[in-house]
Amino acid sequence: MGKALEIRNLKKVYDNRFHALKGIDLDVSEGDFFALLGPNGAGKSTTIGVICSLVRKTGGQVSVFGHNIDTDFSAAKQELGVVPQEFNFSQFESPLRIVLNQAGYYGMPKALAAERAEHYLRKLGLWEKRNDQARMLSGGMKRRLMIVRALIHQPRLLILDEPTAGVDIELRRSMWEFLREINAAGTTIILTTHYLEEAESLCRNIAIINHGEIVENTSVKALLKTLNKEHFVLDTRAALETAPKLEGYEVKLLEDHSMEVEVEKGQSLNPVFSALNEQGIEVLSMRNKANRLEELFVSMVSKQAEGKQ
Amino acid sequence: MNAQQKWIALSSIVSKEIHRFTRIWVQTLLPPAITMSLYFVIFGTLIGSRIGQMGGFSYMEFVVPGLIMMSVITNSYSNVVSSFYSAKFQRSIEEILVSPTPNYIILLGYVMGGVSRGLLVGAIVTLMSLFFTDLQVQHLGITIAIVFLTSVLFSLMGFVNAVFANSFDDISIIPTFVLTPLTYLGGVFYSISLLPDLWQGVSLLNPILYMVNVFRFGILGISDIQVEYAFMGVLVFIALLTMLCLYLLETGKRLRA
Repeated sequence: MGKALEIRNLKKVYDNRFHALKGIDLDVSEGDFFALLGPNGAGKSTTIGVICSLVRKTGGQVSVFGHNIDTDFSAAKQELGVVPQEFNFSQFESPLRIVLNQAGYYGMPKALAAERAEHYLRKLGLWEKRNDQARMLSGGMKRRLMIVRALIHQPRLLILDEPTAGVDIELRRSMWEFLREINAAGTTIILTTHYLEEAESLCRNIAIINHGEIVENTSVKALLKTLNKEHFVLDTRAALETAPKLEGYEVKLLEDHSMEVEVEKGQSLNPVFSALNEQGIEVLSMRNKANRLEELFVSMVSKQAEGKQ
Repeated sequence: MNAQQKWIALSSIVSKEIHRFTRIWVQTLLPPAITMSLYFVIFGTLIGSRIGQMGGFSYMEFVVPGLIMMSVITNSYSNVVSSFYSAKFQRSIEEILVSPTPNYIILLGYVMGGVSRGLLVGAIVTLMSLFFTDLQVQHLGITIAIVFLTSVLFSLMGFVNAVFANSFDDISIIPTFVLTPLTYLGGVFYSISLLPDLWQGVSLLNPILYMVNVFRFGILGISDIQVEYAFMGVLVFIALLTMLCLYLLETGKRLRA
């Protein structure tokens, strides 16, 4: 499988001498759903800015589907769609005009642009608002408008910089479905997000960036395997006053009807149930605690911070 | 991008620009029509009748070409400076910057937007002037050429101003403190032959004087300066400003982080 994105030794030093990127290497395969994670100021948006040419790099090479962004910028940009973090469209234009103008900037004939605009605006629930001023749209609608705009020229690589920030859960889930759909149809997606649950749910591969360096670059599965401990939430029939004592396991009371059990890698769950049974505690249901990735992310970022001190 | 795609990109920018200034016509097209009508009434009819003839024409006839040119200059400049700066401010300029549209198409699109507004306002003011005087165009080719080139030149200047501007204050500094004084002192209201020798020499340093005089030559057939020099000067300025604008776009100064 070919590479959708290839970054080599990418460096960015801003005018104030801040080293935002310290020579990162990154490959994203064609068809991948890739997460780029990192704390605020880690270099995620700078990386995206360089890829889509809104940030001038200090050094290094970037290729999109084999097209170098310096020497073959036109072809590289045709392959690329970007949904930025902040709203960056004219607030006084209508969604339809914003999308059609964008199609024009990519040299798309009017009839085709109109057809695609209607398709995507309908798909993302914006068709009824197509002639309103963009500033009248809700925050979620504005985010969806930016997705439509980025997709209008049907790029093979779509980069989304925190696309669901500030979006309610229902809408976030429907956006996830839409992104899964276009990824399944062949669009490579790179996603930056603060919602690690989002990355865990959507992405196959992941890179973690911190202080302008890639600290981890692997598959989500492989990354989760490195997690030494897992947390399970057990819901009980009767209310609990204190966390039950289970030898060899750490137990926390979450609410009066649920507790969290920490299980180390390789440890069996059978003794947990035996001990609970002996104590007369009936378990109604059990689930893996979400945000496993969050734990890893926090541990990696803090480890790197400790290493630097 | 192939030639057809570039054409589509260019027409998209131009139509966006035209749509912008026609959407807010109360701010863009109406004020110059009202202001210039007031100039015609006050300077042409009320004061002009006491001034008598200038350069062999009634004062109204003399002042009309200058006022048309003044509106073309102001509107070409302000269209590009306000549109491009607003796009920068709202970050909607990123829509074009991330696209494969070449820089020269971006520049050409904005300049054509400025020229469209400049010429449209010029046409409106010309129509208004017909209520006050009869215009007999002496040299149609020269008239059209100079008004077009002037509009291009000031659109380019507006683009440079917009790139360097950091606030809305910055986009009004040049029009207020440079453009307006130069236009008023550029022979719009008087012939420089009325000035003492020293001030005639100083006036010749004002580039707007050349454009106003060539335009007046096109309409009335009289000029304080040589038409050929004026055309050469305008073309040289256009070439220099085009290179500067393309350099700014190419390097991304003030546009890309």
